[in-house]
Amino acid sequence: MNAPQTRLSGGFITPAFDSARGFRTILSAMSRPGTVLDLAGGHGPAPLSDAAATVLLVLCDRTTPLHLAPSHDTADMREWIAFHCAAPLVDAPDAAFALGDWAALQPLDRFAIGTPEYPDRAATLIIDGHDFNATPAWLFGPGIKDSATLALPKTAAFAANHARFPLGWDAIFTAGSRIAALPRSTKVR
Amino acid sequence: MSDYNFAYLDEDTKRMIRRAILKGIAVPGYQVPFASREMPMPYGWGTGGVQVTAATLVPEDVLKVIDQGADDTTNAVSIRKFFQKTAAVAVTERTREATVIQTRHRVPEMPLTQDQILVYQVPIPEPMRFLEPRETETRRIHALADYGLMQVRLYEDIARHGEIATSYAYPVEVAGRYVMDPSPIPKFDNPKLDDCPAIQLFGAGREQRIYALPPFTRVRSLDFDDHPFVASKADHACAICGSTTSYLDEVITDDAGGRMFVCSDTDYCAEMAEGGA
Repeated sequence: MNAPQTRLSGGFITPAFDSARGFRTILSAMSRPGTVLDLAGGHGPAPLSDAAATVLLVLCDRTTPLHLAPSHDTADMREWIAFHCAAPLVDAPDAAFALGDWAALQPLDRFAIGTPEYPDRAATLIIDGHDFNATPAWLFGPGIKDSATLALPKTAAFAANHARFPLGWDAIFTAGSRIAALPRSTKVR
Repeated sequence: MSDYNFAYLDEDTKRMIRRAILKGIAVPGYQVPFASREMPMPYGWGTGGVQVTAATLVPEDVLKVIDQGADDTTNAVSIRKFFQKTAAVAVTERTREATVIQTRHRVPEMPLTQDQILVYQVPIPEPMRFLEPRETETRRIHALADYGLMQVRLYEDIARHGEIATSYAYPVEVAGRYVMDPSPIPKFDNPKLDDCPAIQLFGAGREQRIYALPPFTRVRSLDFDDHPFVASKADHACAICGSTTSYLDEVITDDAGGRMFVCSDTDYCAEMAEGGA
């Protein structure tokens, strides 16, 4: 009976403390776009990074519809999420959170961008397996003193997302135990 | 400590609040609805700020709580004790030592740093509420950025009093988009919100709203070209520390018209009186 335990291991050891510290890291990343921080504590099945696993453990539960893009939609992942988060798995338009690599999350216009009256009803994309060493783009806006830089998979997609502010999805980038974030408020060039 | 979950709230509730805070950060100045919980204190005593603080705290934090600038008033003392008991965090009265500061109606005089989070207690989060009582309408006003009504209110101040008489909860425009209530801080504090290195979070418990300012966000107090915003304060020096730049409270000292002006920020005043800062 060891196999199932191994498959499902990787949750927080001290949930209240680990999620509090994890949230502060996510908050810092989202508040300071372009800042790359260390985030660990959670560990799930491949191809899930530790940082993305930690984001799921901190933010997702049975009240947050989650979309698994094909890159992360495996039987092991479904089991792990069911056990640790219990988040209902849904199609892209209904998702509060979406998890996958950049290619698998396309096309992005499937995701909720909120409504003019409720811009908060927008998806948060967890873009896993992000290449933090790709060509950096310039970032401007709230959370940034003067300017910042961050490697983006496709600058135009984030510029278009910002153009409809206050609507738009928000992005969290993860790879290994590293995290960065790009809210819709950030102007990208 | 072991009798409570860390920082009092259950994990489901903290996750819900944390998600609301992140959306608030992503859309600066927009009021995110959240499922506010009943807290072991009455509405009006900072239940919104307490919930935001509870969802934000980590065990390593050093917490400072102020009420109108003072660390030693009932509201501040009881909230500080609440988190000492339920989160076992360290507490301080020193602004520079704190990592999380919960405040009712003031921004500390000491400039904040990027390692700090300021949590505001908010009674009425909707800046347009006294002009338009219907939530459906204020929501549409924000959706369309149709803020003319607020400019009219400020204009009527000028028409009636010769100047903008609003002295607290003075409306601000955030990052060129949302008009936001900075909570009932004196308008003297409004410039401190602009381009602030700290994260600023706002919690309204009874009204069930959370909103936020990421660091270095542009925050502009509404005004007119010919009646520019003025961050006013009592034209005196502090009777205790002598500061001429800090916000002052007027204290009545007898029943014969005697009065004195003292710093509202008790920590700042003590430090200045010691000859520090």
